[in-house]
Amino acid sequence: MPRLRVLGWRPDPILWHLFLASLWRRRLATLLSILAIALGVALGLAVQLIHAEALNEFGRGMRVLSGEADLQVVGPQAGFDEALYLRLAQRPEIAEASPLLEIEARLPGRERNLRILGVDLFRLARVTPTLLPVAAVEDETQATSGAETPALAAPTARQDFRLQPLQEGVLFLSPAAASQLGLTSGEQLAVQSGLGQAILTIAGQVPGAGRGQALAVMDIAAAQRTFGQIGRLSRIDLRLAPGVDREGLRRDLAVELPPGVSLHTPTEAQSELEGLSRAYRVNLTMLAAIALLTGAFLVFSAQWLAVVRRRQEFALVRALGLDRAGLRRGLLGEGALLGLVGGVVGVALAHGLTGLAFRLLGADLGAGYFRGLTPTLSFQPGLVLAYLGLGVAAGTAGAWLPAREATRMVTARGLRAGDEAEAYHARPRWGLALGLLTAAALLCGLPPLAGLPIGGYLAVLLLVVGAVLLLPGITPLVLRPLPGRSSTLWRLARARLAAAPGQAVVAGAGIVASVALAVSMAIMVNSFRVSLGAWLTQMLPAGLYVRAAPAGTSGYLDAAAVARLAALPGVQGIRPIRYETLRLGAGGEAMTLIARPIGAEAPLPLVAGSLEAGISYRHVDPAPHRFPPAWITEAVADRLGLGVGAPLDLPLGGRMQRFLVAGIWRDYARQQGAVAIEIATYRHLTGDEGVNDLGLFLDASTDPQALMPVIRDLLGKAVTEMILPGELRGMILAIFDRTFLVTYLMEAVAVMIGLFGISTSFAALATSRRKELGILRHLGLLRRQVAHLLALEAGLTALIGVLVGLVTGGAMALILIKVINPQSFHWSMEVQWPWGLLLLFSLAMILLSALAAALAGRQAMRQEAVLAVREDW
Amino acid sequence: MLAIDNLAKHFDAVEDRPLFATVSMRLAPGESVAIMGESGVGKSTLLNCIAGLEGVDGGRVQLGDRDLTALDEDAFARLRRRDFGFVFQAFHLLPHLTLAQNVALPLWLLDRDAVEADERARAMLARVGLDRRADDWPRHLSGGEMQRVAIARALVHAPRLVLCDEPTGNLDPGRALGVLELLFEGIRGAGAMGIMVTHSRQAAAFADRVLRLTSQGLVDAAEPS
Ligand SMILES: Nc1ncnc2c1ncn2[C@@H]1O[C@H](COP(=O)(O)OP(=O)(O)OP(=O)(O)O)[C@@H](O)[C@H]1O
Ligand SMILES: [Mg+2]
Repeated sequence: MPRLRVLGWRPDPILWHLFLASLWRRRLATLLSILAIALGVALGLAVQLIHAEALNEFGRGMRVLSGEADLQVVGPQAGFDEALYLRLAQRPEIAEASPLLEIEARLPGRERNLRILGVDLFRLARVTPTLLPVAAVEDETQATSGAETPALAAPTARQDFRLQPLQEGVLFLSPAAASQLGLTSGEQLAVQSGLGQAILTIAGQVPGAGRGQALAVMDIAAAQRTFGQIGRLSRIDLRLAPGVDREGLRRDLAVELPPGVSLHTPTEAQSELEGLSRAYRVNLTMLAAIALLTGAFLVFSAQWLAVVRRRQEFALVRALGLDRAGLRRGLLGEGALLGLVGGVVGVALAHGLTGLAFRLLGADLGAGYFRGLTPTLSFQPGLVLAYLGLGVAAGTAGAWLPAREATRMVTARGLRAGDEAEAYHARPRWGLALGLLTAAALLCGLPPLAGLPIGGYLAVLLLVVGAVLLLPGITPLVLRPLPGRSSTLWRLARARLAAAPGQAVVAGAGIVASVALAVSMAIMVNSFRVSLGAWLTQMLPAGLYVRAAPAGTSGYLDAAAVARLAALPGVQGIRPIRYETLRLGAGGEAMTLIARPIGAEAPLPLVAGSLEAGISYRHVDPAPHRFPPAWITEAVADRLGLGVGAPLDLPLGGRMQRFLVAGIWRDYARQQGAVAIEIATYRHLTGDEGVNDLGLFLDASTDPQALMPVIRDLLGKAVTEMILPGELRGMILAIFDRTFLVTYLMEAVAVMIGLFGISTSFAALATSRRKELGILRHLGLLRRQVAHLLALEAGLTALIGVLVGLVTGGAMALILIKVINPQSFHWSMEVQWPWGLLLLFSLAMILLSALAAALAGRQAMRQEAVLAVREDW
Repeated sequence: MLAIDNLAKHFDAVEDRPLFATVSMRLAPGESVAIMGESGVGKSTLLNCIAGLEGVDGGRVQLGDRDLTALDEDAFARLRRRDFGFVFQAFHLLPHLTLAQNVALPLWLLDRDAVEADERARAMLARVGLDRRADDWPRHLSGGEMQRVAIARALVHAPRLVLCDEPTGNLDPGRALGVLELLFEGIRGAGAMGIMVTHSRQAAAFADRVLRLTSQGLVDAAEPS
């Protein structure tokens, strides 16, 4: 036995020898409990750390980008007229105004886009000095003769570029962008503009940009010319005159701004992103919580068995004068220590996991919220303490019922041998269990709190606890219909389980929790994947897609290019799609506008409303007295509180245009929401003939692969991207699988924990029933038969646990699909039951449990002589 | 001074009449008594009732001027750790504590300094002749040795009342005598009171008085039953 004497601190001998040291004596069960808690803590904390880091990085980035701005005027993606800048700059309340043009520039031949900020240097210096570019110094660069070094530069000092007017065609990269692109000063970079291409020269760096911020700065006039945005701005940073009330000014300005342009404080953009990723994070945190709950159940099983085994021991110390509080303190202390060690291991594991995840998946676990960030891991004491606390709470909670059982024992009876059976006389707790389940059902009806499906989460927790409480009542119900008269072993096993239903709780709690976790995740992920597949098929009907650039970048196909593509041999029809960014609602949240043909032959995956209204707007100009139709995604419907038939005002062509919501559709691609309108309407209202994506419907004899080089020749090699829907589908499903990698991992872990749980439980049971098993062997049962008996009991227990777990998992999946996901992601999906998988999984679980118990029993009997005097589990 | 008046105990599960209802007894400090009686008459139950390990259904037990029957479960536990010592037929040594630690257990419960507790436990083990085995484990001992350790544990904290339930029931007669000598020497030496349940007349002779438990209560063993 290890002796604990740390720095002269001597633990209370009672607490140490009677309680904590027992954890060491049953090392395997202890290790397992610690592992289960560690996993729950690790997963939860890792998800938090990853997002905290990513948000931190994003926050730093926002501060760099907005500098000392008090307010930002932000426009739609197409930007707004720079006349607004002149108007604002003249207002007395505004001390400084710095105009910006932000371009998501496509780089031909490279995968990533580059964010280019066109700036007015003199204004920038007063509002957002962190973005100031610094020219490369002559003797530091191995630059070629074309390096744009200011003539005034001193030989060694870095030169403030304010002294040098920005020249046409030069670009300054942030350190992160420079390393991402692998470019140094003096080298050249091609950028796409429309279907053309421009060459820019790297002239230096933007050293003030935050670590991990990949961006570039150039002169605003040059940017406007290069990207065909003459007279346009996308943002104005404002610094207010001293004493001006920001909120008041905000209200005043709001009425003056053109449609689609809104006012933000620099932190609002951050919270917008935070809200997006929060739902994803919370979903994973929920799963981690269930893993932690599984850990608590495992602690419960292990503690219960250990308490039963130490019954005489506790009776003795009670006789010697230990009061109930002392006994409870000791047993809860065991649980708390398990939780603490599990928490510490989990915290270490979380930091390791986070580091690994950053390297493998990026800052958002593969979900795609934080592009262009390379976060690093830092230690966060508050968060770590909170998760340590959660670990301790899980351990203590698991130890609570066993402690209660121990303190309720009548001392005189506990002293007598053979009293252990007492501990398995669990009463069916129908009332409590049904109460919890009813409460869970009611909680599902609650609306989300602060954007989080709190009700759904609580419902899941109550559901699991309620299900475990059902076990003692359900055990006899499941056993009764089983045939009773076959073999002796069968009868013995049934009799034991029927007489000691508490055993089913002790051994089955871990199974129920882990099976429920695995099953619910399997159903949820399967439903999602099947729904996503169906959605992709519906959204990508064409044979080939030609894309100028993804949404939000500088390239597009003009009308001439579209006409040339439509005239290609083998092309039967086209579907043009135009993307635009809209800011809607009170907070001016960014949403995507999708203009495309909509109708029965060009459907959307509707969940409400109809497509009918689309056709009438295809070829005719909308009648002045009728509002054109719009189809909104579930996210927009939820966020703006809109239903079918509701009016919706969209800023289009520089003014507000009223639409009527004709339908609500399911969109897995844009979580922030999207509004689809008929492209004919869009063109009529904006005069914009540009196209981002063009779907080409091909006749049966045309091979899309063969068409691709033709299109490339037609439009120029470097500027077009072509997508085969089949490939895209595969790619999206691959991204999906990567996003849920964490989920799959947790599923595997849950199953492992459950299996380990039942095997240790049965090993402990076999050990504690050595006497009973010994008597059976005296009565003539063979060693092999005893092993069979244990396997049979374990199989039956696992059967009951798996049955309850399956039903619980199914209910959990429904809560996840019908409550939690719609509330946090605004995603709906059709429930798909992976029957085959569930059946296979259940059978495997039952057989493996039986096997584990048989092995454990054999082990227990082999060690009979040793174990008679020594506890080992 | 221990005073028991009309103590009653009833197990509903067994019979409709009480196990005993009129048990009365006086015990002076330094005095010891042996209780005999048929199997199943309730001797062990009586000891449990006196020690508060089992609830009583009537009557009174007084230790000094304290009414034990009025104590709640935890107050009784705290009283036991100071004033009671136990020797059981089944020894009840904790298998994963050394002999010295087993003996020190009552001192630990009393929050005594651990070093002092260890010293006193070793001294006590010396008195029962096991000082050289102080760091050994119970599983290496014979039954008689185990019971000597149990006696050391019962006396180490100088209790006022030592309760012994068939302390020699698991021992052969030769060993039993040695154990009984140690036990009663210890009880008398500490000036404690002792109650011993036994089936053996020879063992009972070690006590100052011998009583017999019947369904009518405690009677003098000399009287014909
Ligand atoms: N918890 C209990 N519930 C019901 N009956 C009990 C309980 N404990 C003891 N009894 C009954 O009370 C009676 C007295 O038991 P007890 O153990 O006190 O007898 P005893 O005199 O010590 O016998 P022995 O000499 O065999 O040890 C017995 O009939 C026993 O069956
Ligand atoms: Mg007895």
